[in-house]
Amino acid sequence: MRGQSDQMVQLLAPDGTRVQHDEFEFSGGPEDLVAHLRDMTFARRFDTEATALQRQGELGLWPPSLGQEAAQVGSARAVAEPDVVFPSYREHGVAHCLGVPMKQILALFRGGDAGDWEMLEKFRNYQIVIGAQTLHATGYAMGLQFDGMVGNEDPSDNAAVIAYHGDGASSQGDVNEAYVFAASYNAPVVFFCQNNQWAISEPISLQSRIPLFERARGFGFPGIQVDGNDVLAVEAVTRWAMERARSGEGPTFIEAYTYRMGAHTTSDDPTKYRADDETEQWRGRDPITRLVRHLRATDVIDDAHLAQLDADAKDYGAEIRSWVKELPVRTMDQLFDNVYAENTVALEAQRREYAEWAAGFEEVAR
Amino acid sequence: MTTMTMAKALNEGLRRALEADPKVLLAGEDIGKLGGVFRITEGLQADFGENRVIDSPLAEAGIIGTAVGLAMRGYRPVLEIQFDGFVFPGFDQIVSQVAKMHARTAGRVPMPIVIRIPYGGAIGAIEHHSESPEGYFVHTPGLKVVTPSNAHDAYWMIQQAVASQDPVVFLEPKRRYHAKGDVDLHAKPLAMHQAQIVRHGRDATLLTYGPMVRTCLDAAEIAAEEGRFLDVVDLRTLSPIDWVTVTASVRRTGRAVVVHEAQRTLGVGAEIAARLHEDLFYEMEAPVLRVTGYDMPYPHSRVETEFLPSVDRILDAVDASLAY
Repeated sequence: MRGQSDQMVQLLAPDGTRVQHDEFEFSGGPEDLVAHLRDMTFARRFDTEATALQRQGELGLWPPSLGQEAAQVGSARAVAEPDVVFPSYREHGVAHCLGVPMKQILALFRGGDAGDWEMLEKFRNYQIVIGAQTLHATGYAMGLQFDGMVGNEDPSDNAAVIAYHGDGASSQGDVNEAYVFAASYNAPVVFFCQNNQWAISEPISLQSRIPLFERARGFGFPGIQVDGNDVLAVEAVTRWAMERARSGEGPTFIEAYTYRMGAHTTSDDPTKYRADDETEQWRGRDPITRLVRHLRATDVIDDAHLAQLDADAKDYGAEIRSWVKELPVRTMDQLFDNVYAENTVALEAQRREYAEWAAGFEEVAR
Repeated sequence: MTTMTMAKALNEGLRRALEADPKVLLAGEDIGKLGGVFRITEGLQADFGENRVIDSPLAEAGIIGTAVGLAMRGYRPVLEIQFDGFVFPGFDQIVSQVAKMHARTAGRVPMPIVIRIPYGGAIGAIEHHSESPEGYFVHTPGLKVVTPSNAHDAYWMIQQAVASQDPVVFLEPKRRYHAKGDVDLHAKPLAMHQAQIVRHGRDATLLTYGPMVRTCLDAAEIAAEEGRFLDVVDLRTLSPIDWVTVTASVRRTGRAVVVHEAQRTLGVGAEIAARLHEDLFYEMEAPVLRVTGYDMPYPHSRVETEFLPSVDRILDAVDASLAY
């Protein structure tokens, strides 16, 4: 495939067989793989339900993560307790793994708030402006460095930042500036690029004439391509990169080579710009099918296990659907509160103006 | 009282801010060894180290965007944009990220960032070095915008801006950097978001800020010789505007002329005119008039004095107001 390098790290082939690699190996055991399968299955279920909820009019918009479960679960499992995540707007699988209350992700896309979930200190708010979060991540990483949280002898004193962005974002000025700042200050940040081949209708060939991971060298830090549909490889590579960052070796760029099986968002129609056979080809590399094949072939799981997993995912789906109607909506009054930390007289006057106007309707209703 | 230039007052104010809080960081292009192209940060890197006075790569979006991350980490970044016309590569990070973060996170993530911008013209510079971009920032909810006009205010307001929990665009009138003034290092300063009547009159009010305060004071001096006594209000804060002080003066004089270097359409003068007409319609003797830059790109320097408000243009506007 175009942009796929023969250096791409893969530990699990699409047919479910393990692949040996000279530098990287999966550090977990079978029980970790079972847990990964569960995470990926739940992440996909969440995404499928959210897509359906948008179609039913319950969400204003939804950016599907279908097909990117291995990239998201594998990288999220490399995030340690003091590390901080700066997502774009499609990292639902990462949020799931880190324990973000997923109903709060739905609240953002339902139009009830702007995404101020619990755990904001761990999993920062979604970023809609393409690539802007990479600079925030880099600045935060610089702060970790100033705070002496990098390169300590005791690894538990160290921390790193992981910034998620896509292939389209790699063209943004902000992202390229983030690479420069990260390199110049040797900041403890990992740029985790999910190259899902498409930026809405624009193919990766329009964003880059060379494989993305090769760009990192020009900025002065290592770039590595990993099979983004191989959860073992993604976790192994991300663990390595995060450890580099924590120990003071500076930034790393990871290109997780994957595919957006669904639309860019529910407002998009991929049939207009990409061929069915391409999508079919990628279906053969599905991250969940691949792991199931492996776990079945090695007798780690059986049919009963899969049936139970399916039943659990169905229950989770019902739970997700039950959340939607209960989601709170932030009020105008709260919005007036939050423009500033120290509010202004002029805005307080507008709050009263709005309140009086709104109160007029209550009187009419009476 | 100590006499110093506005540039020195800013330097001293930044020094106080760095001393007061170890979380305060300075970042910008050439601010370290060089001390900035205007020498505002001179000597600070030597005294506070490279981790607190940081030379940035030449990338404004990067300077602002990394400051967002630093603020999330608990730092209080004070950023220098080298010239007004170079803030625009960082514009998205300012208006979409810095300004909105507090609102987007329902108040959980404050952005105590100061963005210092030398602004305004009359220094004979090449293009993009003489702009007055305040309107863009005043129009953006979530930002606060202030501008000192003299050394005393510069010394205190920069410290107040650093202490603010909200992001502050701090506009420095570069043509006044080398003007000396008395700085009271001990008196309790005026609140940052208060305007100040810097000359008291009775016949009309000049409403102005930053580089035009000196020009308006000069105009008022000449007007006084002709028997016309003008209030001169130094707005100091453009977002929010101190309407209490503004309306108190205009209510007294019944006439207002707004003076700024920035282009006219939808400028600060437009907002002031609209607001005064809403609040003081029956108390005004004349419509609010504006003396501003013309609605053209800032001109080449040989004709900039024709573009910029001058004492003569201000006095003409005062005449027109009084003639109603």
